[in-house]
Amino acid sequence: MSTGPGPDATRKARDAARESPDAGGAGRPGRRPAGHDRGRGPAGSDSAAAVADAHRREWAFVLAATARVAGDIDLAEECVQDAYVAALDAWSRQGVPRNPGAWLTTAARRRAIDALRRDRTLRGKLPLLVEPSQPVAGSSPPAPAPGEDDVIPDDRLRLVFTCCHPALAREAQVALTLRLVCGLTTTEIAQAFLVPEATMAARVTRAKKKISAARIAYRVPGAAELPDRLDGVLTVVHLLYTTGHTAPAGENLVRDDLVERAVDLARMLRALMPDEREVRGLLALLLLTDARRATRAAADGRLLLLAEQDRSRWDRDAIAEGIALVPGSLRGGLPGRFALQAAIAALHAEAPSYAETDWRQIVRLYDALLAVWPSPVVALNRAVALALAEGPEAGLAQIRELERDGRLADYRYLPAAKADLLRRLGRRDEAAQAYGAAMALTENDAERAFLGGRIAEVRGQPDPGRATS
Amino acid sequence: MPEYLILIYEDENGYANASPDVFQQVMEAHTRFAQQVEEKSGKIVSGNALQPTSTATTIRGDVVTDGPFAETKEALGGYYLIQARDLDHALDIAKLCPARFGGVEVRPIMDLSGG
Repeated sequence: MSTGPGPDATRKARDAARESPDAGGAGRPGRRPAGHDRGRGPAGSDSAAAVADAHRREWAFVLAATARVAGDIDLAEECVQDAYVAALDAWSRQGVPRNPGAWLTTAARRRAIDALRRDRTLRGKLPLLVEPSQPVAGSSPPAPAPGEDDVIPDDRLRLVFTCCHPALAREAQVALTLRLVCGLTTTEIAQAFLVPEATMAARVTRAKKKISAARIAYRVPGAAELPDRLDGVLTVVHLLYTTGHTAPAGENLVRDDLVERAVDLARMLRALMPDEREVRGLLALLLLTDARRATRAAADGRLLLLAEQDRSRWDRDAIAEGIALVPGSLRGGLPGRFALQAAIAALHAEAPSYAETDWRQIVRLYDALLAVWPSPVVALNRAVALALAEGPEAGLAQIRELERDGRLADYRYLPAAKADLLRRLGRRDEAAQAYGAAMALTENDAERAFLGGRIAEVRGQPDPGRATS
Repeated sequence: MPEYLILIYEDENGYANASPDVFQQVMEAHTRFAQQVEEKSGKIVSGNALQPTSTATTIRGDVVTDGPFAETKEALGGYYLIQARDLDHALDIAKLCPARFGGVEVRPIMDLSGG
């Protein structure tokens, strides 16, 4: 059972924490104070907040370390969920431990060992192929957190690489990562991706069964495989971000929780693999894109384009953090696709206005990006930048080529970008038609409202071509 | 070590129209594959090529019909049963398996020992 009582219990712990006045601190991911000491406040609300905080920060660490002992994914999940519930009670009576992650891991591992002793048949449920620890090429994991009675190895990378194994379908990789690495419930994941809960539960169960039956090893890939496998992991994190950034349907343009989870994951990967340039690039890209989050929609929910956004409201801290990561991600060989996208986002973030953006440099970065990542979506973005560097006609010519190519036939931003260039050229009828084509391809309400507004705008004013006839 | 079945799916026309040279190359490729599996510390338990689907007979219930179970452009043409440490190891081996007119599918063998 992938949707046992455990997730509900975990949610109960988190809900309790959310209701507490002190829960705000859990909302800022990755800003872990040095030593992450928390007050030993005996009050229940403090301990509930600490449990919620530990759920956010430590879930992956605790589950990854417990999976090694349990040798079974489902058993590990149940034990970790039980440990969080136990913490809710224990921490309110005894105070929050100095190292919540170690406390939880110890509790979860004890439960796993007890369960294995009690019922040997559990071992055969979803057995996990745990390989002994080995040094990871190109990375230096941080020193394991000091445990209360033993040293706990940091197995989070094993967990991430297992969830994102290429033998699993992309949608399963995404679901498993949210479930096992981020600790989301199946209900929450189903809601985030707008699929029925039963569908998501089946997807998670099927993926776990494949890990077990096909014997996908619980390990970090060796140096030879690492670049490809890491790209798969980064793609999953980026997909989580973009899904949250532009929710595929519904009223809200941004689904904050997915976005924050993606940034959390990127921070975690950066901490675990500090030497990997693409990890650095991905974190920079997410920070720089997310810095604009508050300005992407007007008060009435209307979508605001980059050109219209209030740059004074961009998150300068996130921008500074993102920009600081970019040089290191570009240096030391051919830059990867995340580093190059981060470099483009950095140029946007640094520009005082849309008009004063260094569009020519952006076009050059898109050229480099196309060389390492020949994607029609990249080509479309390049066309938009080219239109700003050299005029709408130049961009339009590129877009026509992409239309002939056909791979973006269902991609709403192709007709939307084309419409915008046509509008700027005063070709209003063609622009309205293209905006309509884009509208037919999106179910996001904010995007539909934006496109509808643009259609009214280009239709509302007299078409210069018709005015004379 | 766990066992995996590598199923070789290929377009049968590829072989129907192949020259003796191509057949020779395919035979050599399979000989080389057997060596490579050993070099990769895997083991071929067994392996065979199958006669084309035109020779197949299908039975559903007690109805016997001429032809393969499912008509597909690429049909099962052969297999290897291998031993490998885990899926990554099996995939590493399967990537070397010759299938010039198609591809291969890797399936874990179900462990019924209850261990």
